[in-house]
Amino acid sequence: MFNSLSDRLTATFKNLRGKGRLSEADIDGTAREIRRALLDADVAVPVVRQFIAAVKERALGEDLSKALNPAQQVVKIVNEELVNILGGKTRNLEFAKTPPTVIMLAGLQGAGKTTLAGKLSKWLKDQGHTPLLVACDLQRPNAVTQLQVNGQRAGVPVFAPHPGVQSEHEEATGDPVKVALDGVAEAKQKLHDVVIIDTAGRLGVDEVLMTQARDIRNAVQADEVLFVIDAMIGQDAVTTAQAFNEGVNFTGVVLTKLDGDARGGAALSVASVTGKPVMFSSTGEGLKDFEVFHPDRMASRILDM
Amino acid sequence: LSTDDIDEDVWDEIEETLLLADLGTDASMELVDNLRDRVTIEGSKDPAAVKQMLREELIKLIDPTLDRSLDDDRLGTDPSVMMVVGVNGVGKTTTVGKLARVLVAEDKDVILGAADTFRAAAAEQLTTWGARIGVPTVRSDVEGADPASVAFDAVAAGVENEVDVVLVDTAGRLQNKAGLMDELGKIKRVIEKKAPVREVLLVIDATTGQNGLSQAKVFSEAVNVTGIVLTKLDGTAKGGIVVAIQRQLGVPVKLIGLGEGADDLAPFETEAFVEALLAE
Ligand SMILES: Nc1nc2c(ncn2[C@@H]2O[C@H](COP(=O)(O)OP(=O)(O)OP(=O)(O)O)[C@@H](O)[C@H]2O)c(=O)[nH]1
Ligand SMILES: Nc1nc2c(ncn2[C@@H]2O[C@H](COP(=O)(O)OP(=O)(O)OP(=O)(O)O)[C@@H](O)[C@H]2O)c(=O)[nH]1
Ligand SMILES: [K+]
Ligand SMILES: [Mg+2]
Ligand SMILES: [Mg+2]
Repeated sequence: MFNSLSDRLTATFKNLRGKGRLSEADIDGTAREIRRALLDADVAVPVVRQFIAAVKERALGEDLSKALNPAQQVVKIVNEELVNILGGKTRNLEFAKTPPTVIMLAGLQGAGKTTLAGKLSKWLKDQGHTPLLVACDLQRPNAVTQLQVNGQRAGVPVFAPHPGVQSEHEEATGDPVKVALDGVAEAKQKLHDVVIIDTAGRLGVDEVLMTQARDIRNAVQADEVLFVIDAMIGQDAVTTAQAFNEGVNFTGVVLTKLDGDARGGAALSVASVTGKPVMFSSTGEGLKDFEVFHPDRMASRILDM
Repeated sequence: LSTDDIDEDVWDEIEETLLLADLGTDASMELVDNLRDRVTIEGSKDPAAVKQMLREELIKLIDPTLDRSLDDDRLGTDPSVMMVVGVNGVGKTTTVGKLARVLVAEDKDVILGAADTFRAAAAEQLTTWGARIGVPTVRSDVEGADPASVAFDAVAAGVENEVDVVLVDTAGRLQNKAGLMDELGKIKRVIEKKAPVREVLLVIDATTGQNGLSQAKVFSEAVNVTGIVLTKLDGTAKGGIVVAIQRQLGVPVKLIGLGEGADDLAPFETEAFVEALLAE
């Protein structure tokens, strides 16, 4: 749908070769094309602004007019800067010195938390861990059932003492903080080395539910809090990431639905405004559609290369 | 009279407002260009007046006179059949529940069809919504059953019971998955052996960025979308991608979702939407 950044820059630099120096117009033209490419990829406006300033500075420093192919040179700089912000290297899960390691999932409604819980549990199980899933979404209709089905498919036990909202129980009752605590106690007793806590979706502006999420985090002293975010999100990524960062002080990010064709500029926005690393990608509805995040692949994807 | 000039900062600020609302570069830049022309012609020099013009241009673009009603009456022996479609996790099943509530409040008889036979506990989720609203849900007890035949069964039950509306929930699917898009087309064709599908509602999550345009294009090609439901507007996202969608494809937003509860569905209102879009 969009021209790639390389194409756009090649057009901008058409007349550059042979010139002694980059003119101000060359630089402005370049900045405009990069800006547009990033905005089309859903990178947040304030992040784009900062990013362009940094790239401009570097591009000037490297005296592009001497480059054999200035367009490719700029793309290379943009790419490197993207990878840089995305974290350069991926960070692995950190396991607690005394098990169980408690991993909590948090994010907006429908982001892919419950699906991820199943995937993560399977991935850990395949590595020889003995995870326990804990059903703390007592609010969305049949969220508990959904987690139970995922656990069954993954071959991982699910701690679900409360049925949540179901046909027979139409209103939300039950205390997710207590379920989380009891889940960790259960894991200790039954010697599970990892606990994965699925929580209800919530909005950044929902004070009550954000406090509840923080209460869960504090009660179980989570070792990792993963912020789960949909790769299709647009400009709201910044506001939402900031709200969850303040609300639950997450330790890492999981980008979901990367099997779609969204460019995923949100990855850059979240990493840039929170400084927290993107750790995993979710790439489908199946239990195995899950991988460690690759910053370089993501950079190419954002730039459509 | 203000002597302020409209300097580049004002234009940048306006463009930024539109970009931040997810209108995208094309729609945002076009709106700013139109506005610049208008300012030149009308000779206005007051930033406040320009912002008022922006409001007017947006309202004109979204068009408050458009018909956004649902085709929800029986025709002869056929109930009105509505399909709810969209990518994963946007709020389809919840919208079916909320819409059933609205229709029941209008004294209509409603049946739900659980044609998401794929996602874990999807049919259970819809059945819970049915129980909440007090309407029956047609579903299959077999995991992975053929979604088209469940949809057909729901519509057949609707015809037999002479209901007013059959609401068919479908599984979330990303528009770049050709096989899943074909399946959606098949669901519609199989339903239409029994009764015409009168509304195809594409659910778009308000947080969606530029990918929303591709969603609307591909779903429209597959099943001819008749209206959009813009969900999760109770959050901080503005949902501006629907402006780009309507501008390119002419598909209007008919309903908005404002929460997770049964009553959190409302008709789309252009002025209110524009007001929220331009709010800080
Ligand atoms: N294509 C695709 N679909 C996904 C992916 N991850 C999750 N989904 C789907 O997205 C939808 C929502 O996923 P859930 O796991 O229920 O999301 P959630 O965050 O738990 O939702 P709430 O609990 O309602 O807040 C489901 O249809 C999932 O199958 C992914 O990586 N790719
Ligand atoms: N805040 C808010 N949440 C909503 C709204 N509509 C739906 N949700 C929530 O979004 C999540 C996903 O909703 P579903 O109705 O399951 O979405 P879906 O499109 O059917 O998902 P799949 O079938 O898995 O593709 C649930 O947690 C809902 O409660 C809304 O308007 N506002
Ligand atoms: K909003
Ligand atoms: Mg969930
Ligand atoms: Mg659903």
